[in-house]
Amino acid sequence: MAPPTSSSVTLNINGEKHPLSVDHRTTLLDALRERLDLTGTKKGCDQGQCGACTVLVDGRRTVSCLQLAVASDGREITTVEGLADGDRLHPVQQAFLDLDGFQCGYCTPGQICSAVAVIEEHAAGWPSAVTGDVRPEAGPPPLTPEEIRERMSGNLCRCSAYVQIVEAVARAAAEHRGETERAVA
Amino acid sequence: MREFDYRRADDVSGAVALLDADPDARYLGGGTNLVDLMKSGVERPARLVDVRALPLDRIEPAGDGGLRVGATVTNSDLAAHPVIRRDYPALAQAVLAGASGQLRNMATVGGNLLQRTRCGYFTDVTKPCNKRVPGSGCPAVEGEHHNHAVLGASGHCVAVHPSDMGVALTAFDAVVSYETADGPGQSPLADFYLPVGDTPHRETVLPPGALITHVTLPPAPVAARSRYRKVRERASYAFAIGSVAAALDVGGGVVRESRLAFGAVASRPWRARAAERVLNGAPATAEYFAAAADAELAAARPLPDNGYKVTLMRNLVVAVLSELAEEAAR
Repeated sequence: MAPPTSSSVTLNINGEKHPLSVDHRTTLLDALRERLDLTGTKKGCDQGQCGACTVLVDGRRTVSCLQLAVASDGREITTVEGLADGDRLHPVQQAFLDLDGFQCGYCTPGQICSAVAVIEEHAAGWPSAVTGDVRPEAGPPPLTPEEIRERMSGNLCRCSAYVQIVEAVARAAAEHRGETERAVA
Repeated sequence: MREFDYRRADDVSGAVALLDADPDARYLGGGTNLVDLMKSGVERPARLVDVRALPLDRIEPAGDGGLRVGATVTNSDLAAHPVIRRDYPALAQAVLAGASGQLRNMATVGGNLLQRTRCGYFTDVTKPCNKRVPGSGCPAVEGEHHNHAVLGASGHCVAVHPSDMGVALTAFDAVVSYETADGPGQSPLADFYLPVGDTPHRETVLPPGALITHVTLPPAPVAARSRYRKVRERASYAFAIGSVAAALDVGGGVVRESRLAFGAVASRPWRARAAERVLNGAPATAEYFAAAADAELAAARPLPDNGYKVTLMRNLVVAVLSELAEEAAR
C-alpha cells in the first residue's frame, strides 16, 4: 500500500481547536486562508522572503508559507485575528492605526504580528545584528530606531511606510515597558 | 510539489529508522530551505521525517569546558544564549547576521549546516546545474557569477555555501556529531564539506541516512575576543558577498593566537589557516594583517565578474583584525 500523503491534524488557532485533514503539501498559510477562512494572514512571495504571512507559533514569529500545516499539529498559533482583546485592539494594532503605519495594508498583518514578537524578544534581552556588544554583561540594548529597523527587516512594505512603522513599534514597545514596570511595582 | 509521506520522530534512533537511508527521504527541521526547494521542484522527497520534536534542543556544557549544541536548537536560541554570547560572541553575531527574525525562529543548527547554495542556476530547475543534475554543466562559470566562489572551486561548480553560522563554527573548531543505523559518527566541521572537484553534488561526509545530532564547540579562550563581520548588498536580511569570523589574542603587541574563517567565498565555510600561520607570533599591526590576508588569498582564482571579492576580503580581514587588536590594547 502506498504511504499516506495526507493526515488528520488539530490546528490550535487563536485559542480555538480546528480538526482538519490536510494534504501534507499544504502550508500553514494555505490552511489558514483556504481551509479556515482566516484571511488576515497574507500571501506575498510564498518563499519566506517578504514576511506578509507572519504568524506566531508557540509565541515565536514564523513565516507560515514555509511551515507545513501537518508540522503545526498541536502547536499554539496566533494570527492577526487573535491579537485584539474583544473590541480593544492590541497596542501594536492601535499604534499602527494612530501613526499611519501602512498605506495599502497588505503587509500590515505580518508587520503587526512581527512587531508583537519583536517587542517580546527585546524584552527578553535578545541582541540583534546591530547590537554593538552582544555579551550578556553589556545588558540589553535600548530599542532605538536602528534596532527596530534591523529587527523588522524580515517584513517588507512595498508602499514604504517604514518611517511610520518604526514609530508605531517604538510607541507600542514603550507602552509595553510601562505596563511591565507597573506590573512589577 | 510531489506528494509525500510525513512522519514525526520522537527519538533519534526512531528518526534514523524512519528515514531508512532512503535517498528519496529527507529530515525536516525548520523547513526554511527544504520547503522552499520543494516548492520550486529542486527537492522532490517521497517522505519527510520531522525531527523538530527530538530532544536535541539543548545547549549544554560539553564536560571539557566546551559546549554541546543540539541539532534542533533554533538559530534564535543559539544567538540569545548567554554563554554563546559571552564565550563565542562571533558565533552569536554570525547567526544574528543571517536571515530574518522569523526565519531564525524556525531554522535549526543541523539544518543550517546542510542548507543548499542559493546559486540561481541551482535553484532554477529549467537550467543546467552539476550540483542538481550531475553532468549537466555549470552555466555560472560563464554566466551570472558575481557572488560565486573565488577559493576552492572547480570548473564543475563555483557555488558558495550560504551559511553565516558555519563560518564562526569553523573558526572555533566545531565538531559535527551524527547518528546512523550503524551507530554514531563525528567529523570536524573543517573536514565536513567535501572538496568540489568533479562531484559538486556530493556535499558532505555524512553517510546515507545520517542525522546530525549535535555540534560541539571545544573550549577556546581566544573566542571570547571574536567578531563576525558580514558584507552584503543591502544593510540587512541578505546573504553575504563576503564575511569574516575572527578571533585574536594579543599580548605585548604580538599575536599570541588567532582564528580566521571566511564566508561566501567557497563551497564551504573557509578556514583561513595560511593567514593564521602568518598572524601567530607576528606584530598585531595592519601591515601583518594584510600580509596574512594575502597569504590566504594567494590561492584565489576569481572569475571575470567576482574579482572584487579578493579585494573585499583583504580589506575585511584588515578591518576586523585591527578592531580586535585595538580592543585588546584598551
